[in-house]
Amino acid sequence: MKDNSRRGFMGKAFGAVAGVGAIASLFAMKKTWDPLPSVKAAGFTTLDMSAYKENELVVEKWRGKPIFVLKQSKEMLDTEDKNMSQLTGKTTEAMDKKRLIRIGDAEYMVTIGLCTHLGCIPGYNQDKKSFLCACHGGMYDDTGMVTKSPPPRGLDIPPFKIKGNILVLGEEGPEYKKMKETGITL
Amino acid sequence: MAHFTKATSIKDWLNQRLAIEKVEKVMASEYWIPKNINFLWAMGMVLVITFTFLLVSGIFLLMYYQPNVDLAFDSVNYTIMREVDFGWLWRNVHGVAASVVFLIIYIHMFTAIYYGSYKKGREMIWISGMLLFVAFSAEAFSGYMLPWGQMSYWAGMVITNLFSGGSLHADGLVEWIRGDYVPAQAFLSRFFMLHVLLIPVAILGLIGLHFGALRIPHVNNQDGEEIDFDKESKKYLAGDKAGSKVIRFANDFMSKDMLVVAIYLVFFFYLVFYHYGFAMDPVNFDPANGLKTPTHIYPEWYFLWSYEILRPFSTNIGLMAFAFAQVIFMMLPFLDRSPNTVPASRRGLFKYWFWAMLIDMIILTAMGKVPPIEPFGTIGFYAALTFIGLWIALPIITMFEKKA
Ligand code: FES
Repeated sequence: MKDNSRRGFMGKAFGAVAGVGAIASLFAMKKTWDPLPSVKAAGFTTLDMSAYKENELVVEKWRGKPIFVLKQSKEMLDTEDKNMSQLTGKTTEAMDKKRLIRIGDAEYMVTIGLCTHLGCIPGYNQDKKSFLCACHGGMYDDTGMVTKSPPPRGLDIPPFKIKGNILVLGEEGPEYKKMKETGITL
Repeated sequence: MAHFTKATSIKDWLNQRLAIEKVEKVMASEYWIPKNINFLWAMGMVLVITFTFLLVSGIFLLMYYQPNVDLAFDSVNYTIMREVDFGWLWRNVHGVAASVVFLIIYIHMFTAIYYGSYKKGREMIWISGMLLFVAFSAEAFSGYMLPWGQMSYWAGMVITNLFSGGSLHADGLVEWIRGDYVPAQAFLSRFFMLHVLLIPVAILGLIGLHFGALRIPHVNNQDGEEIDFDKESKKYLAGDKAGSKVIRFANDFMSKDMLVVAIYLVFFFYLVFYHYGFAMDPVNFDPANGLKTPTHIYPEWYFLWSYEILRPFSTNIGLMAFAFAQVIFMMLPFLDRSPNTVPASRRGLFKYWFWAMLIDMIILTAMGKVPPIEPFGTIGFYAALTFIGLWIALPIITMFEKKA
């Protein structure tokens, strides 16, 4: 009997030590899979906003992701967006202009160029002024609002900071923070 | 302590130490297979052969492949395909076998569904088989990343994005899986590791489990008849070979198996030498480019049906439907409430269920391949609903099934 309980105790003690070791190694394994610090620190992208032309999509790069920059023409700003959002059933107008970034006296759409559905790159149609994602047929208007599902929301806006004519991606300026608070972007 | 005597032959020497005669009996000459089967029972051996091809061709590819985002594409498309003597052979074998193995897996699966080979003690065979299907899917996906072409990159992007769980926005999880914000070096290296080590080891283990699960319930037969294997094998050993319902695994059963394998190999090598193109997507002959999506992204044919279940819905519902499709086959032994273990043709409504499921999966596969335009979107949508509906109907129709 005494022997048994001693063996039982040994078993439990070994089990406990092995358990701690297993958890510790799982932790190490998880951390090893984490993105490296050098990847995380992958810097900032600076864009000179005076270089863009109206209604002409330019694709920049930030943290390996494509960034859409679309300078709005007067016509694009004036025409009310008649697109219905499939998600809310309302016209996208309410959200529409709030998604734009004002620099000097021009308005720009600056978004991450990855479909919010599963991450394909939508293509821009200059005449229709809309984006079409070829993967599953999602659509966005010229401010990046979603107009046809499956994408669950408009194109995401990367963290940005305005410095005169320069837009820095990766830094959170007051305008970006406001967009985030009001739910314009995620 | 075992007693060893001076060996009379090499065989005897080995026998005393490893009991090779006993092993041979247990594994082959006295492992009993029913007589009442057809060529569909050979698919297991066809799979073993195909897996061996994958393993051997993979070893040779591994000697020249470079898991580096700058070198991977050329190491496959230039070094292996043009420089290495017979490099093309290994690649064609590997690519064709990776595709064909799924065709055989599907035949193997639907054979089991048709004949009810997942019931009455055979549940673990089915479950371990479905785990093998999952492992093979992961193996195929990770392997598809390695040439680092456009389809590799974008399939990697889209599939890893699934793990964000739609509105859950588990972007951290996605980045953790990738080791970067987008698929890049860390991503390629870890999928390389998964493809050549971790998943193959898991597959080997699961194959062991799958075979082990067969030992006690034994192989099913064309009528789902419960055979007394002890009695029938005694009959066989006593000399009544004609009267017995079973035969030896080797050489009797194997010799028939090998005939099917031989026919299969003719077909296989025809594909390897003359028709390997179907297993190699032309889009993947463009190097990966994170700033340009191919106009139409689709997975390899064997994933199309589950991909099509994802596509017609909005993100969250699509993900749920997709997750449902991934696990539901595993549940088959428990969703089929009927005790009948007979071919589907003798099972009333289940007969229609079987054919409806098979046809629906073929439709889903076809719709997954075409671009997301009408009327394909609508057809895909209803086919996806049918898939879910059939699984919901299964417990109900089998509950009311008459005893066969
Ligand atoms: S990734 Fe764009 S619609 Fe699915």
